Amino acid sequence: MYAVEVTNLSRRFGEFTAVDNISLKVKTGSIYGFLGPNGSGKSTTIRMLCGLLTPTAGSGTILGLDIAKNTEAIKHKIGYMSQKFSLYDDLTVIENLNFYAGMYSLPRVNGKQRIQEMLALAGLENRQHQLAANLSGGFKQRLALGCAILHNPPILFLDEPTGGVDPKSRRMFWDIIYNLSQQGTTIMVTTHFMDEAEHCDEIGFIYNGKLIATGPPSQLKTALPGTLLEIPNSKPMELLTTIQTKQLPHLDLYPFGAMLHVLVTPDNIQAYTALRAKIIAPSLEDVFVYLVKTHREEDLA
Amino acid sequence: MITMDNVTKTFDHTIAVNGVSLNIKAGEIFGLVGPDGAGKTTIIRMLTGILTPTSGELSVLGATNPEKVKHRLGYVPQRFSLYGDLTVMENIRFIGSLYGETTKKINMLATQILDFSKLLPFKDRYAANLSGGMKQKLALAAGLMHRPTLFFLDEPTTGVDPVSRREFWQMLYQLNKDGTTIVVSTPYMDEADLCTKIAFMHNGRLVSCAPPEELRQSYPYKVFELCTPDRNIKTRLGASVILDINSFGEKYHLITANIPNAITEVTDAITTATIPITALNEISPTLEDVFVALASEVN
Repeated sequence: MYAVEVTNLSRRFGEFTAVDNISLKVKTGSIYGFLGPNGSGKSTTIRMLCGLLTPTAGSGTILGLDIAKNTEAIKHKIGYMSQKFSLYDDLTVIENLNFYAGMYSLPRVNGKQRIQEMLALAGLENRQHQLAANLSGGFKQRLALGCAILHNPPILFLDEPTGGVDPKSRRMFWDIIYNLSQQGTTIMVTTHFMDEAEHCDEIGFIYNGKLIATGPPSQLKTALPGTLLEIPNSKPMELLTTIQTKQLPHLDLYPFGAMLHVLVTPDNIQAYTALRAKIIAPSLEDVFVYLVKTHREEDLA
Repeated sequence: MITMDNVTKTFDHTIAVNGVSLNIKAGEIFGLVGPDGAGKTTIIRMLTGILTPTSGELSVLGATNPEKVKHRLGYVPQRFSLYGDLTVMENIRFIGSLYGETTKKINMLATQILDFSKLLPFKDRYAANLSGGMKQKLALAAGLMHRPTLFFLDEPTTGVDPVSRREFWQMLYQLNKDGTTIVVSTPYMDEADLCTKIAFMHNGRLVSCAPPEELRQSYPYKVFELCTPDRNIKTRLGASVILDINSFGEKYHLITANIPNAITEVTDAITTATIPITALNEISPTLEDVFVALASEVN
């Protein structure tokens, strides 16, 4: 059963094609990670799925509703949260929640109980009367999420929800997302932190408006040709230059935190033994380095 | 090259930067890391002379007012601030002319810098039609037109694709090798690892300031990496020797106190909770682990 199904979706703004012929499906109750650099078309796609923007071409359904025709019905059934948390800074935590409860026309009694649940979910029980403006980034983010899911939407769109939030809050946020997903909510999330993508059941990677890879993380990782080596080094950039100068054989070579990652054909592994190289399983970041490079070369060709 | 002594900056009722003292030496790639609102941008703006501290002393290239040494400073702001309706080359030449160079010199330098930033093939493209990664390279190129000795970059790689991000850092590394001191802020922890020294900011305060290797060594816990297909380990490992669990897909970082026999205790806890183990190893903490610990201490 699919909560989202779109076929050949495109959106042009004048001469510019923001979204180019995208087809994708999102299983009900799964976490779908929509990844790609800024300007690649992630937000435009999400806006079309939410019924906020009409597609130039293509068609699709959300929860069985047509994204071009049933836009009003869709808006009642979805939750949406973006990096620009849409909270009222000059209202308190509880006032923000009450306001959203009113917007969604929640019945008064159920609404009260639901607001309490959201306070607990965001860890804001003791901060109900604090102004939203005075909350830290992590609390703001969780309050914005609480406001976005007050009406119990079966599907939730999160557009870069963790941009600019500290690592600890990022993790707390993902714990909440996991719980929502386990309770049956379908979640579509965009991020440019690749480690967060590892949490998703399914990934779609978008680049220059095109969906260039889809699949579960484990499947995407098999796309990488050759063997991936990791060399720990406190000066990865210098080691990179050394390897280039020595012309050690490699398919690709790039820094990865305090490591250097080298992609080699299996017969060239031994060239790196002296450098204490270790064979590792690729992360999604490695996969996307590879995908972006191959597609960029295609673009130039 | 830079000293800050107990510098504070307040805006109305917000304390953006709170009593920060630090030194940046010539030849460094100095990284400012921390969440939004930690004070990174405010520090960069004070060091470039755009903002004046509310209290405290600072000195940049020997001047207490950075405005006086402006011609030696380069600055790439967080938001792209070049002209979308000018081409790559036109933007670069325009910036060059602002610094009063001769046309001949501007042309020579522009070609050289666009070549360095790999933008020469795109020199006739309108800036508005560049990808995010290329826009950032153009901003970097523009910041280099007057050949600064001290170069500030405010989150230059946020939202940029993983390949452009790495190319950008290779350029920074090259500039640094050629003698430019670099001060750069970033939300990506893997980039923090490429700095010679990292200042970790939290709520306007400087929480720590050290080379990445030193930060890792001073980490007070042990980290074990567990690989398991089990997705629900957090609740089951709740009350055990494990203090914290961070998930990375099928990998989990289990944090324990720095105790002897930690590996045995962790293995016991996992076995008792009947969680299947695909692999379990002690690993050295990532910078992200370090910052999670530092941020928790502050809170």
